[in-house]
Amino acid sequence: MNKKVLMQGNQAIAEAALAAGMKVCAGYPITPSTEVVELLSRKLPAYGGRFIQMEDEIASIGVIIGASAAGKKAMTATSGPGFSLMQELLGYAAMVEIPIVIYNAQRVGPSTGGATMPQQGDIMQTKWGSHGESPRIALCPSSVEEAYNLTITAFNLSEKYMVPVVILADEILAHIRESITIPESDSFEIINRRNNAPPQEEYLPYKVDHTGIPILPPLGGGYRYNISGMIHGDKGVPNLAPETIDYCIQRINSKLKKHYNDIVMVEKMEEENSKIAVLAYGSTARPAKGAVKMAIENGIKVDFIRLITIWPFPEREVREIARRVDKILVPEMNYEGQVAGLVKQSIEGAAEVVQFNKISGLPIYVEEIYNQIIKIERGEK
Amino acid sequence: MSKLDKYLRLDQFPHFACSGCGHGIALASMVRAIDKLELDQNTTIMVCAIGCAGRLPVYLNFPSIRTAHGRALTIATGIKLANPKLKVIVFMGDGDAAAIGGNHLIHAARRNIDMTAIIAINEIYGMTGGQYAPTTKSGHFASTAPFGMIEPQMDICKLVEAAGATFVARGDIYHVVELEKLMLKAISHKGFSVVEALTNCPTQFGRRNKNSRPSEMIKNIKEMTITKKQAEQLSKEELEHKLLRGILIDKERPEYIEEYDRITNFQEEGSLK
Ligand SMILES: Cc1ncc(C[n+]2csc(CCOP(=O)(O)OP(=O)(O)O)c2C)c(N)n1
Ligand code: SF4
Repeated sequence: MNKKVLMQGNQAIAEAALAAGMKVCAGYPITPSTEVVELLSRKLPAYGGRFIQMEDEIASIGVIIGASAAGKKAMTATSGPGFSLMQELLGYAAMVEIPIVIYNAQRVGPSTGGATMPQQGDIMQTKWGSHGESPRIALCPSSVEEAYNLTITAFNLSEKYMVPVVILADEILAHIRESITIPESDSFEIINRRNNAPPQEEYLPYKVDHTGIPILPPLGGGYRYNISGMIHGDKGVPNLAPETIDYCIQRINSKLKKHYNDIVMVEKMEEENSKIAVLAYGSTARPAKGAVKMAIENGIKVDFIRLITIWPFPEREVREIARRVDKILVPEMNYEGQVAGLVKQSIEGAAEVVQFNKISGLPIYVEEIYNQIIKIERGEK
Repeated sequence: MSKLDKYLRLDQFPHFACSGCGHGIALASMVRAIDKLELDQNTTIMVCAIGCAGRLPVYLNFPSIRTAHGRALTIATGIKLANPKLKVIVFMGDGDAAAIGGNHLIHAARRNIDMTAIIAINEIYGMTGGQYAPTTKSGHFASTAPFGMIEPQMDICKLVEAAGATFVARGDIYHVVELEKLMLKAISHKGFSVVEALTNCPTQFGRRNKNSRPSEMIKNIKEMTITKKQAEQLSKEELEHKLLRGILIDKERPEYIEEYDRITNFQEEGSLK
């Protein structure tokens, strides 16, 4: 039977990680993510797992990469400053295709910023924070229950596509307490990375089949291959031939494109003949949805789209919305409008993007978004 | 074919190292120690990172993982937490281990997870073209110390001893039989063990310090190190420019993961092989 419980966002993420079969967690305390490592330090040993508090976030991500290379599902939890420190090894994990899950509870930045307040300022850093170009998946939960489910999805996608997955939440979700339904453990799918490598004599670690995804057996599991952040071909050893560089970078970056439909998730509410859409994600999506409902009750037709997957960016779904409406309102807790920019890039002028940015450390409220909708409706925006 | 060939990824040769580079001697000592110990080639994991020293283990036929500059010990820690039964050996240069990776070195020594760190000390950053390392002696020259090194030389053995390493040894590539024995002892030691291996870099260090003949450099290394016994015969002044060779620390302390599993009542799930 499903269980109904009162849970904090951070707690839901920790509990779901255990349910997903995570066995190694390493972290360095940072508000607003700390409850995750505290909880896992207490619970992991009973689940056959180990927790360690490392000397910094660089070490923490190093540990989870090592643990995953040795065959265990592994995660870390952090926020802005710690996430910044992890960038080099985040790119490394993507390059060597070792699956890891990172929970980033976004707080007010830049720098120390404001530890106990929300922001949506790490969208670009998540994808582009490390040097070069490498793939990752990022998921944005907007409720505690969804945080639970998406954490399981994060591990599944990471194992399936051998890629780092970032659970990109924010301080609101991290600390909010909600009553949620915990699914029965046999009611959701658990995906483990493939382990059906050919015999050692024929085995090449980075030689891929039609899926584009390598099979990397656990270190110590009988295969003697090399894992390296240097450009590598099928063999996994350094190889700087121009055609190998081209192949290596193409392959790691195109593999998620191949599986776009399986990875990209959005929630949509569409009205007939609406001229306005509201596009939101994470904690901002809840007041956004509330505002859309309010508008509809007051006779204004508004579409709603919530991006659950933020990387790879749901450009097809966003383009579809742009074809339906004239204006897309994008409320975000950041200064530049990081997602608004991505929307513009995706829709290439098919609709007008109206930004609403709030950076005060306070949540965006329903009325604020509703007022924006009214202004657009009246032609004032 | 030598009996050590099975430990090499022969298809990766020729290797990149300069002729006269001492790192290979240190690496070979490690391989001979592994051979003597008859370690299982599938469950002995080589961990390394960046630098000339950091690139060498890729030539060895073990499961191997090469990570970002300075981070090898963090990867090694993760491997052990996932599967404590694996033998983990980390091979690093002095910049890799003690500059960019210095914080990880301190805390790895403090935790005492059962693994071995081998640090090849050549007083210089070989890979990037001869910049100074924390181990560069005061007065020596480097491409970023064109007027001579101002900072005092770091004693990595003392550092890890203070941090709590349970096995610390220093060897050099002249006393190669002894170096192999030290590595053997370190690899068999239960807990965090460190072997500092003094090596030479003729290309980047030698050239800048008026001595790039490998044989001369190795002779200098020979004269730089002394055993504890020899040290007893020398005055304080005579000792000043010498480095102690041999086992410097060998003690017992609870191994981190054993202790973790004990106090947390760790419940083994399925097969942590
Ligand atoms: C984060 C980062 N900073 C700098 C470098 C450039 N780099 C590569 S190797 C190296 C120094 C290696 O020196 P050492 O560890 O002493 O090894 P050696 O080459 O002397 O064997 C540096 C600074 C890098 N690869 N990554
Ligand atoms: S540069 Fe120095 S350390 Fe690097 S391979 Fe050449 S001699 Fe060895």
